Amino acid sequence: MSSASSPSLDFASSPVNHALTPERKIELYSQMVRIRRFEQVSLKYYQAGKIGGFLHLYIGQESVAVGTISLAGPDDHFITAYRDHGHALAVGMGMNECMAEMYGKQTGCSKGKGGSMHFFAPDKNFWGGHGIVGGQTPLGLGLAYGLKYLGKEGCCLCFLGDGAVNQGAFHESLNLAALFGIPVVYVIENNGYSMGTSQKRSSAYRGCLAQRAEAYDMEWDVIDGSDIYEVRAKTHIAMERARKEHQPTVLEIDTYRYYGHSIADANHKKYRTPEEIEHYKKNHDPISVFQRKLIAEGVLTEDKAAEINNAARDEANAAVKFAEESPAPTIADISTDVYWETDHQTEASKIGRHFFDT
Amino acid sequence: MSRTLTYREALREGLDEELARDPNVVIMGEEVAQYNGAYKVTEGLWKKWGDKRVVDTPISEAGFIGMGIGASMLGVRPVMELMFWSFHSVAFDQLVNNAACVRYMSGGLCHCPIVVRGPANGGTNVGATHSHIPEGLFAAFPGLKVCAPATPADVKGLIKAAIRDNDPVYVMENTLLYGNSGEVPDPADGDHVVPLGVADVKREGSDISLIAHGRSVLHALKAAETLQDEHGIHAEVLDLRSIRPLDVEAIVKTVKKTNRVVLIDESKPFGGVAAMVTTIIMENAFDHLDAPVQRVCSIDAPAIYSPHIENEQLPSPRRIIEKVLKMA
Repeated sequence: MSSASSPSLDFASSPVNHALTPERKIELYSQMVRIRRFEQVSLKYYQAGKIGGFLHLYIGQESVAVGTISLAGPDDHFITAYRDHGHALAVGMGMNECMAEMYGKQTGCSKGKGGSMHFFAPDKNFWGGHGIVGGQTPLGLGLAYGLKYLGKEGCCLCFLGDGAVNQGAFHESLNLAALFGIPVVYVIENNGYSMGTSQKRSSAYRGCLAQRAEAYDMEWDVIDGSDIYEVRAKTHIAMERARKEHQPTVLEIDTYRYYGHSIADANHKKYRTPEEIEHYKKNHDPISVFQRKLIAEGVLTEDKAAEINNAARDEANAAVKFAEESPAPTIADISTDVYWETDHQTEASKIGRHFFDT
Repeated sequence: MSRTLTYREALREGLDEELARDPNVVIMGEEVAQYNGAYKVTEGLWKKWGDKRVVDTPISEAGFIGMGIGASMLGVRPVMELMFWSFHSVAFDQLVNNAACVRYMSGGLCHCPIVVRGPANGGTNVGATHSHIPEGLFAAFPGLKVCAPATPADVKGLIKAAIRDNDPVYVMENTLLYGNSGEVPDPADGDHVVPLGVADVKREGSDISLIAHGRSVLHALKAAETLQDEHGIHAEVLDLRSIRPLDVEAIVKTVKKTNRVVLIDESKPFGGVAAMVTTIIMENAFDHLDAPVQRVCSIDAPAIYSPHIENEQLPSPRRIIEKVLKMA
């Protein structure tokens, strides 16, 4: 959390933000609000027993997904871990298919086969949604490797939590990224806690987590996640470095989650004080901070903000209705999407037995 | 016209032909490029195809296999060498959670056309951690495909089928087979591809079926010869070649023909391919059995180092013959 207390610079005037039209600023604000309302509604129905498994909420971290993904061009790709709802909505996935996925319905983005942690939209360059801590970091490297191999001028934004930085796969990925010159940007969303263990109790580091990149001779930066302008300004530099120079970067974005690791995390009020959570909400909430800036800029009004909030809440409630009314997968659906060849009924799929059901 | 090639040469020829056929095929692994391969399978390919198509990776299996999986989702077709399949353990999350499950968890939106290949065998005095034979382990994960070719012709044909397949295929080779020679069809006579899921009767017989894969096929063939010469027993040898998909039809056919079965499997007896094939025989051909199905597997302990005794732990012609004669 090193830069959250450093004097805040004016990133609104950096070129990438200066170029934003008022409409685009409202859009970024709306996206953040949509994520928050979606998550709040998800929580309500999770607690009502409508959603199975785990629920890792993105509330408090919205500026990270929205700020970084807003910089993407057609050949930029994204992959993240299990706290994936924010990224999914930021890449343009609809609330309906996301909510329906959590409801385990056929109309879910993964046909009800993945759940909350496994949202995917390859048509929007979004490659999940991965449940094993750090397991997606070599995949993000591979997506970026693929872009370079195929001659595309793009990069991969690979998101991970601060709890993932101690996984071996991440370090292997950093080494390969630097060694091969891979256009990947690792974005550590540092919410301060790897599940219930604070950063200080889980990681050995000097300065900040991103500084570990120096060991791999790689560029790094720390970003105050409460300011979406700062997120955009600094991430843009890393993405350009990746696209133009095939050089990777590690970014650490200081952020905060208001809820537990997952909603099943009953201890989250024990390892954090109510004062800590309140302090963050009051001073660093990325939506409130951006809202105040936009009002000061004359781009947004209180009324317009309320309107955006209401629309987002209605949209999330409509998604619940869509999910409720959607059909559940059938027993036959269990056996599809296992092999590409059998799904496509290719010649190869007709040779030998692929499934061994009794 | 066929030619005589070693298993290693045939495998290399298959890789070379696929590099030529599809510009998205890329070979990756430890020492595969400039060093010419730890077992010289990829010898000369880096010189011929260059840095982009044949890539040396650091010793970093989770990293480079995960990288290959990620790249495959974008259309690259990585063929990744594990210097030993035993090293799967350090990349297990990538090999299983990501490669096998990403298609399913995305509701069919992603696919993962990778090949992971390398030797998986005992018998080289390298101790337990380098002697794992995990074909049954990986075949147990829906989403994965596994094959274990025994001959030069089959390894060439199967590696080509594996590379063209749109699902992850794990090819298990054997360091003790790399130097073996055999007939391989001439490329001038057409594209030699052995489809996954097709077993091969390597020797016809009428009295008993020896069902095997990988190097155990060669042991079975030797045993069959002795059984015929010294005991007048005509054994049929069925080479599974592919573990998943599995040629259940061929298994049932040979059982119905001979009514007796010995399965030879270099992995350990608990679970594994032989155990699975036994179950398939029970489910599909029980009424055709004149005797309980028998197995010859590695002795159920971690692989012993001692050169004096390691071969005794593995299946061998002698152990197969003893098992067959006990059934008579």
